[in-house]
Amino acid sequence: MSWLGPEEWQAVALSLKVSFWATLVALPLGTLTAYVLARHSFPGKQALNALVHLPLIMPPVVTGYLLLLTFGTRGALGSFLQEWGLVFAFRWTGAALAAGVMAFPLMVRAIRLSIEAVDPKLEQAAATLGASRLWVFVTVTLPLILPGILAGTVLAFAKAMGEFGATITFVSNIPGETRTLPTAIYGFLQVPGGEGAALRLVVISVVIAVGALLLSEFLAHRAARRVAGA
Amino acid sequence: MSLSVRLSHRLPDFDLDIRFDAPPGLTVLFGQSGSGKTTVVNAVSGLLRPDSGRISVENRVLVDTENRVWLPPHRRKLGYIFQEGRLFPHLTVKQNLLYGRWFARAGGPAEDPDKVIDLLGIGALLDRRPGSLSGGEKQRVAIGRALLAHPQLILADEPLSALDEPRKAELMPYFERLRDEFTIPILYVSHSATEVARLATTVIAIDRGRVRHQGPAAEVLGDPGFRPQGSRSIGAILQAKVARHHDDGLTELDAGGASLFLPHIARDPGQPVRVRITAHDVVLATTEPVGLSALNILSGTVRDIRTGDGPGAIVSVDTRAGRILARVTRRSITALNLSVGQPCYAVIKSVAVAPEDIGKG
Repeated sequence: MSWLGPEEWQAVALSLKVSFWATLVALPLGTLTAYVLARHSFPGKQALNALVHLPLIMPPVVTGYLLLLTFGTRGALGSFLQEWGLVFAFRWTGAALAAGVMAFPLMVRAIRLSIEAVDPKLEQAAATLGASRLWVFVTVTLPLILPGILAGTVLAFAKAMGEFGATITFVSNIPGETRTLPTAIYGFLQVPGGEGAALRLVVISVVIAVGALLLSEFLAHRAARRVAGA
Repeated sequence: MSLSVRLSHRLPDFDLDIRFDAPPGLTVLFGQSGSGKTTVVNAVSGLLRPDSGRISVENRVLVDTENRVWLPPHRRKLGYIFQEGRLFPHLTVKQNLLYGRWFARAGGPAEDPDKVIDLLGIGALLDRRPGSLSGGEKQRVAIGRALLAHPQLILADEPLSALDEPRKAELMPYFERLRDEFTIPILYVSHSATEVARLATTVIAIDRGRVRHQGPAAEVLGDPGFRPQGSRSIGAILQAKVARHHDDGLTELDAGGASLFLPHIARDPGQPVRVRITAHDVVLATTEPVGLSALNILSGTVRDIRTGDGPGAIVSVDTRAGRILARVTRRSITALNLSVGQPCYAVIKSVAVAPEDIGKG
């Protein structure tokens, strides 16, 4: 990557790391949330649904500020987690948290749709054949919603790669720690002569985004063809 | 009793209150759609929690509301054959077949997959996925999947009703073999009189949540008060053996010493068959008819005459071959002066017996 300066390369690597962890941690939580929202009714379901969607409809700056209030060193959760050695404020972990929270609603929506498309009668059939609830999920539901999970994962990853507002509000723009691709592009555009670096990062952003999209289309297509029985 | 059901459940239209005991063999739960059949099967399978009741299979309690026993579906050791197959689309036929077997805990001898695959004739389909199978093939795989789940009871909820007539005829022998070649009791939901006549060992007829008739198939179908769906579906079944095949294409049956001539039946002499004689294909006479084209004339005595609101009546006649039901008009009863205990002759046209009404005995 000789055409990238060390600072630019740092931003790309950090963004990939932040998005990877944000997506990885969000995936099981997102799948569980989607399953609960799709298949169960309980008091407070609408509240949970609203909470999940909040980052999607609120201004990102607001989300970032709320994260700062909650997970900052003096925030309720932040000070508690700090005792366990988990610090979010102004660390790359904070950038990952912000990216994960912002990407979460997109992931849950995609997975929830695919769960709702699975015929519960198939799950009943599996149960009558001796599969416990967990096994029904692992052997029937999960394979059938795999395209949705892939779509949700790629969407979440792309969102995490592009997250700007909440990240810069929560963990600022520290090179090597919290300076992700978008904040780096923003930073380069603020200094004279930074357009070249900014443009190179823009190209990388576009390549990663398009690449992720193509990959997910390919995987989803393959999974769908398998299920269709061709 | 291999299956014992006591069940009360509130449904939107009526209250279900069902109690029956099913001996080994194939028990048909018979009734119109909306009579509560599927509710019963779902309560047995655990897909529905009844308001109150007790269900046991081979003395193993599946649900007992009084003693707060409730086994979840996956611990009931069932094989459920659904109306729409419900094969797993992401698995191959082979994986579908072995799905339940994988979960079945050790206990009792398991069915041999090769034997089941052979019996159902699905050996060539093993590597395919359900999406590319025909309706009949799907249902055969569904039967195999249920059978291989190591069940203590097989449930079948209208397994043929989604198929067209030729497919139904093709699939019925498989259920006959399931009934005859395995010892697993079967609870089979149906609203088809033909299926009852062909397959049932025992019939439980329900209507609006109540058991109206129950007993051995021949007894229930021979009961003139049993009117499945309009008069056209009424018909008694006779147990017979193939006596010989004649050169003119007819097969002679031996039913309790009486001879019955029917269009060719593809079974070897000596093999048992059961034949359903629909009531509207039977003509009654008080003296032995002569100069008649019909080949089958059975002598007997009138056992019962049932009249309803319409112009028709159902007369049951005990013959050497078994009980026969005849649908005649009330006017004929008056004209012939028919009464209970009177000797009479039942005339059956050979060609009136439909091929789908002839099954393995």
